[in-house]
Amino acid sequence: MSIEVKNISKTFGGFVALDDVSLNVATGELVALLGPSGSGKTTLLRIIAGLEIPDPGSGPILFHEENVAGQRVGERGVGFVFQHYALFRHMTVHENIAFGMRVQRPRTQRPSRDTIRRKVDELIKLVQLDGMARRFPNQLSGGQRQRVALARVLAIEPKVLLLDEPFGALDAKVRKELRRWLRRFHDDIKLTSVFVTHDQEEAMEVADRVVVMNEGQIVQVGTPDEIFHQPQSNFVMSFMGSVNIFRGYVEEGKAYIGPMEFDYPEYRDSERKLAHLFVRPYQLDIETEAGSGNSLKARVSRIHSGGGQVKVDLISQTGEPIYVEISHQCCSMLGLEKGGEVFVVPREMKIFLDDPAEQIPQAPEAELPAPVD
Amino acid sequence: MRTTEEASERRPAGDPFKSTAEPRAVRWTLIAVALLFLGLFLLLPLLAVFVYALGSGLGLYFDAIAEPEALAAIVLTLVTAAIAVPLNTIFGIAASWAIAKFNFVGRNILITLIDLPFTVSPVISGMIYIMLFGLHGWLGPWLAEHNISIIFALPGIVLATMFVTFPFVARELIPLMQAQGSEEEETSLLLGAGGWQTFWRITMPNIKWGLLYGVILCTARSVGEFGAVSVVSGHIRGRTTTMTLHVEILYNEYNFTASFAVASLLTLLALMTLIIKGFLEWRTHREKEM
Repeated sequence: MSIEVKNISKTFGGFVALDDVSLNVATGELVALLGPSGSGKTTLLRIIAGLEIPDPGSGPILFHEENVAGQRVGERGVGFVFQHYALFRHMTVHENIAFGMRVQRPRTQRPSRDTIRRKVDELIKLVQLDGMARRFPNQLSGGQRQRVALARVLAIEPKVLLLDEPFGALDAKVRKELRRWLRRFHDDIKLTSVFVTHDQEEAMEVADRVVVMNEGQIVQVGTPDEIFHQPQSNFVMSFMGSVNIFRGYVEEGKAYIGPMEFDYPEYRDSERKLAHLFVRPYQLDIETEAGSGNSLKARVSRIHSGGGQVKVDLISQTGEPIYVEISHQCCSMLGLEKGGEVFVVPREMKIFLDDPAEQIPQAPEAELPAPVD
Repeated sequence: MRTTEEASERRPAGDPFKSTAEPRAVRWTLIAVALLFLGLFLLLPLLAVFVYALGSGLGLYFDAIAEPEALAAIVLTLVTAAIAVPLNTIFGIAASWAIAKFNFVGRNILITLIDLPFTVSPVISGMIYIMLFGLHGWLGPWLAEHNISIIFALPGIVLATMFVTFPFVARELIPLMQAQGSEEEETSLLLGAGGWQTFWRITMPNIKWGLLYGVILCTARSVGEFGAVSVVSGHIRGRTTTMTLHVEILYNEYNFTASFAVASLLTLLALMTLIIKGFLEWRTHREKEM
């Protein structure tokens, strides 16, 4: 069951939650809607489910070519899992999962008690909650409740699975385990699924494709690889992980960032334009001597060696912080010490011309910096 | 750190109170004051009711209660409650459902209106109905033409009682339903249930203790109402006197034993309400802990 939404807008009072959003989800795909709070991702999910109605003038919501925009909530065959699971607190696990089948209308089409019981038992086994059938939600852990919520929606054999921050309410370790579990689960059942998250690591690890949203619009769509390594805007790059940002300008095919100079054939005008260099911490090398290429002189302010990589905090000559990640090997070879002067070399980078001040909280500067010798 | 305990008396080993509690002298003074207050203003009057009621012996006590006018008053009180409470319960559930789960034009006005009977004096509550349905009221002539009596009859008493007990169920359910949110109901709808199914299977079980509590309060208030009913009833003995009005009549005739006898029935009802209320609070507390 594929999903396609066209030109969806939604306003709440004066607030624009969604601004002319269109999206395509292929059958059997697992797609993540990723973005910060207020980006509209949950609103979009709820509109697909039928819990919200898009503004008049919005386009259709197509489930496999059929417009379901006019259908009521229960008629769309959508399985929706809330962030806080919304289990029926006064019903056992068994009764929760059986609910969808028990209330099926018309009455005549309702499955028999035996059929229901068999199906519930199957589902309990499927989500690995054997033996918990008689328990109440308040007797379950967060991860267990999540799986009951999943089993409950699967009982009605939905065409589409929608999850709203499914792991948001769990602690870090459980979250990681459940992520992997969900991915394997999806590989087994191949149900078209869309989930909302603000955690980019989660989106990258679980989804087939990631839809990055910000301020009610879709900013970029692509595989996790594409989003991370080929970000199309500085928003996407900063959102997907920590990043160092250096100010500079472009002019006549070259970019000047601090004392560094790069080729930038995309901009050939002679008019100087503000530009920013984006480098991820692991894309920076540290050298003890200035080589022949571009480098930035900096002083080591802190070394965090707990963890897989060594995180080095430095201060540039202009007083700005630089964050670098290097391996433990490199760190010991360099003999880094707090207060030492080193050279930071960007190995890979991206240069963006759009003003990050619009999207990232930073002090915007009006004038262009002069070239530094 | 023993700073909080330095200035106060030493605590014996095994003291169950936290280090942030008041020193023992203060604790016991506060408890004593509270008990004294309760004793003077609550227990003493309650005791007095029973002392006076049973003072002349059980025989006179039962005579006073079994007297035809007294019985009529008891029946009227119960009938009024039997009509007013279910109607207010239905309204309370409907209003709370709308207020807690939806946003609509006039929502705030509705919330204010629900609180209105609390702020209006019961006497005024009664007068409203006189002004509407009384002989010289707005609808008076029309009612007289069609031979319908509202004032000085059962309908008037029921209406006045309904007005005064209006808010109880709603005020109990609104915060409860707001705290519970709409996600369970939304889930129910998403799973294919209809509106009524969702209400009976999901909403009702979740609010049942709060609902019971609201109904208990509503009933207690309905039985104990005096001011509003006094205004609309006309005090026709044996026909439009409720228990509370009957107590007043007996007292004004200097028939103290009888009046306290009937009053003792009201007191027993109040005590029963307290016990049931305590039980319900214990149950909700237990459910919250689970």
